[in-house]
Amino acid sequence: MSKITSLADLKKKRDELKGGLDIRVKAIDPDSVVQVKVAMATCGIASGAKTVMEFFLEQLERRNIAAIVTQTGCMGYCYAEPTIEVKLPGQDPVVYGFVDLKRADQIIEKYIKTGELVDGIIPVNYQTIDFKE
Amino acid sequence: MKTLSLNILDIVQNSIRAEADMITIEIEESAVKDIYKIVITDNGKGISGEILENVTDPFVTTRTRRRFGLGLPLLKYHAEITGGNLEVSSEPGKGTMIRVDFSNSHIDRQPLGDISGVLIILIAANPSKDFSYCHSTDSGEYRFNTADTKEFLEVETLSDMALLEDIKSIINENLKVINASGVQFETEY
Repeated sequence: MSKITSLADLKKKRDELKGGLDIRVKAIDPDSVVQVKVAMATCGIASGAKTVMEFFLEQLERRNIAAIVTQTGCMGYCYAEPTIEVKLPGQDPVVYGFVDLKRADQIIEKYIKTGELVDGIIPVNYQTIDFKE
Repeated sequence: MKTLSLNILDIVQNSIRAEADMITIEIEESAVKDIYKIVITDNGKGISGEILENVTDPFVTTRTRRRFGLGLPLLKYHAEITGGNLEVSSEPGKGTMIRVDFSNSHIDRQPLGDISGVLIILIAANPSKDFSYCHSTDSGEYRFNTADTKEFLEVETLSDMALLEDIKSIINENLKVINASGVQFETEY
């Protein structure tokens, strides 16, 4: 199919898809799926958080893992950026630091798929950031 | 930060924290007039007087997790080394506007970078917020906004990755049409 260059093209493509197969509806309940939060403050962005987030968005979709990828603020581990928080359903969140694409791949393959911890955990008692603190 | 897009991603975090649900990013570039202007507007809770006066001071922040904030000072620095400046205006309860002017031709003016990638990240991570993007150059103007896009496509959310990849390609193709400068069209990895 030729390159999509306008919203009209996109709509046409989606309408054609709809005829063939059902557009997938994603589970909305966040507690039932893997949640990945990428720290997206100045420190994180300067260290490559954008690339890491793009990697998770694309690869979790490609590897068929039901997940929500979102962003969070500075977790206070500026020295270890890029940092991400991963929460598997029914478990406490785990924070990984120094997440480059190699580690991101390990996190998906080992921690998210099998629950096996990989290197880079920031070992402190950690609570999800609540901006209303 | 190597590109203006990353700075934009950073500054928009302030709007997100300020609970804005409509964030507008406007870029106006002109080689003829030698301007490169970025304006970010939100409808968040705004910044009150005392903080507003000192908002580009790195040691002023409302966050409690660390006692300094480098986003605005960094962008201000990037603007000032090109002979430009950064202005913040805000009204508590109504919203905030950040306006950054660069000299377009200055060698230290950073390239725009992967702006469509930044927009996709913002949309994916903030499904409940609306974003609007407007880019004008000497050859034309391109506008994109999530509210109209959702309505046009008859979807409730744009956070589906396949959909976002197509939107990224639409934004990129349109930026090529208007000859936007310094845009990085490929993802880094």
